Amino acid sequence: MADVIYLDNNATTRVADEVVDAMMPFFTELYGNPSSMHTFGGQVGHYLKLARSQVAEFLGAQPDEIIFTACGTEGDNTAIHSAFKSQPYKKHAITTKVEHPAVMSLFKEYEKHGYQVTWLDVDGEGRLDLNALKASIRPDTALISTMWANNETGVVFPVEEIADIAKAHGVLYHIDAVQAVGKTEIDLSKLPADYLVLSGHKLHAPKGVGALYVRKGAPFVPLLIGGHQEKGRRSGTENIASIVGLGKALTLFHPKEDAPKIAALRDKLENALLAQIPNSRLNGAKDERLDNTTNISFKHVEGEAILMLMSQLGICASSGSACASGSLDPSHVLRAMGVPFTFAHGSIRFSLSRYTTEAEINRVIEAMPPIISRLRQLSPFHD
Amino acid sequence: MWDYTEKVMEHFLAPKNAGEIESPDAVGEVGSIACGDALKLTLKLDENERILDAKFKTFGCASAIASSSVLTELIKGKTLDEAAQVTNREIAEALGGLPEEKMHCSVMGQEALEAAIKSYREKGHPDAAPNAQLHTEGRIVCKCFGVTDATIKNAIRENNLHTVEDVIHFTKAGGSCGQCQGEIAEILREVLGESAIKIGAPETDVQKPKKPLSNLQRMQLIEQVVAEVIRPHLVADGGDIELVDIDRTEVTISLHGACGSCPISDFTLKDFVERVLREKVDPQITVVEQKDEQ
Repeated sequence: MADVIYLDNNATTRVADEVVDAMMPFFTELYGNPSSMHTFGGQVGHYLKLARSQVAEFLGAQPDEIIFTACGTEGDNTAIHSAFKSQPYKKHAITTKVEHPAVMSLFKEYEKHGYQVTWLDVDGEGRLDLNALKASIRPDTALISTMWANNETGVVFPVEEIADIAKAHGVLYHIDAVQAVGKTEIDLSKLPADYLVLSGHKLHAPKGVGALYVRKGAPFVPLLIGGHQEKGRRSGTENIASIVGLGKALTLFHPKEDAPKIAALRDKLENALLAQIPNSRLNGAKDERLDNTTNISFKHVEGEAILMLMSQLGICASSGSACASGSLDPSHVLRAMGVPFTFAHGSIRFSLSRYTTEAEINRVIEAMPPIISRLRQLSPFHD
Repeated sequence: MWDYTEKVMEHFLAPKNAGEIESPDAVGEVGSIACGDALKLTLKLDENERILDAKFKTFGCASAIASSSVLTELIKGKTLDEAAQVTNREIAEALGGLPEEKMHCSVMGQEALEAAIKSYREKGHPDAAPNAQLHTEGRIVCKCFGVTDATIKNAIRENNLHTVEDVIHFTKAGGSCGQCQGEIAEILREVLGESAIKIGAPETDVQKPKKPLSNLQRMQLIEQVVAEVIRPHLVADGGDIELVDIDRTEVTISLHGACGSCPISDFTLKDFVERVLREKVDPQITVVEQKDEQ
């Protein structure tokens, strides 16, 4: 498709050209297995080691604290299972109402098996109440699990403060940082979290690879049992090409240059849409967000219909509407924030990347007002 | 991404008869903004109740807008009596089909039409509400979306639905908090119980005897009905039944395969085996299931 304007980078990202180049040899001449005894296979292990140190360096961690996984979901699942299985006498966990399904669904599964989970509320702008977090810690709390940044609104949680609270109470802390890595500064040498999860395809590496950080000394119970790969912590022959791609992708981030540019384009888009389209509102705390995300609701119109009309013009975004989610309820994140139904069904998330251009943003600013007014003319609720 | 047909996209991108008729003869409004879709249908009629004009306003996704648009095309020129025959299936078919999860959009179209006809018919009555809401008929089953048992039963019959999931796709009932799914299963049992008998029983030669049965006769007849009526039915669904024991009117059976492990096998047992045996053999019969040891 020509002329696609891709503003759906929280869903997935374009693989950087440099990443593709770095990966190619591992599909062709360097096809060996790093576990092999011969030099041909063994040389591949060198690249595995390099990728591990690239990830570790990016996070401010040690290489042996990094375990490669297949996706963010695997990282989240492994961390949560580890916390519960290593402390069988502790049957309580604390999380939030706005987590990604990779976390939420697993905790709901544990609830069915006798575990108790405290689901923390967020306020109207998607923020956590840390006093409520402190108050919910119990002697049998095995784990606190929160996202770093919300995929739908971009709202960032105060992970440093949460980590301090967890540490002070001797509770393990797992961070789902899938949306945060590459978009905000992360330094695990200063952040006492026990587990942190990232996913390659959100940061211009391919789908099918991720990483789980496990702080040295934090309890760990593997999810996949088998061979000795990843020191027995994640068995299965390594997805070398993608792991190399993930390491390479992390070397391409230049937050000091990219972040202000992305934020400026995001703000331009957001301000223009809110100003030009009446009865629109911003969802999420304006000043506590990722630089690349804006979530805007248009009253009295439905998100999937908006997306379909945008798609006709090659513009890609996401919606928290019921129909777009494939369920019958609007986004659990917007509902937890108390966004009224008149707005929740008409929410659109725009998420930018370093590849987003000003020309693209200008085209979206031009395209959106007619789309919304066209659907409002069809809506029985709109005068 | 939904797999919409070209026809759906055509009606979504260039809807027919969008808008609202001024001083309409009939108005049907269904859905709500909380539900995520809503439709207001306005009709202009001639003196013979023929639909001269139909317009819609819809809040909803692409398939909701397309369903509303095609509905107005289907009913224009029809009399109200003719229009009343339009089913949600016809709406979906006119669009070249809808994704299963979106079938409720076609049901919404049909409901708006029913509501409009009702509003017109009740207009003469002083106590009639100005905008008859279809959902006031029957008992509310799904509190999230305000769906009544009448709507659910109607959808099951007209679309030959068999599972709770089907009902969610067609009516949205049970698709939010899920609390009413047990009740929906009950309704399915109630409605399908009837048709299950109709499918299995009348096509066979096994006739219910007129005279009281001897023990031996009863046992033979039970064996015959199980072998010729009930078993083929279960086998067709991937299951099987074994007759374990007959103690006067108490029949012990064992279910295998898909039936034995199926969570709704209680339904198969009680509502199907027992009802068939009662109808064909003896109304006193009770059926007991012997569970396989595992």
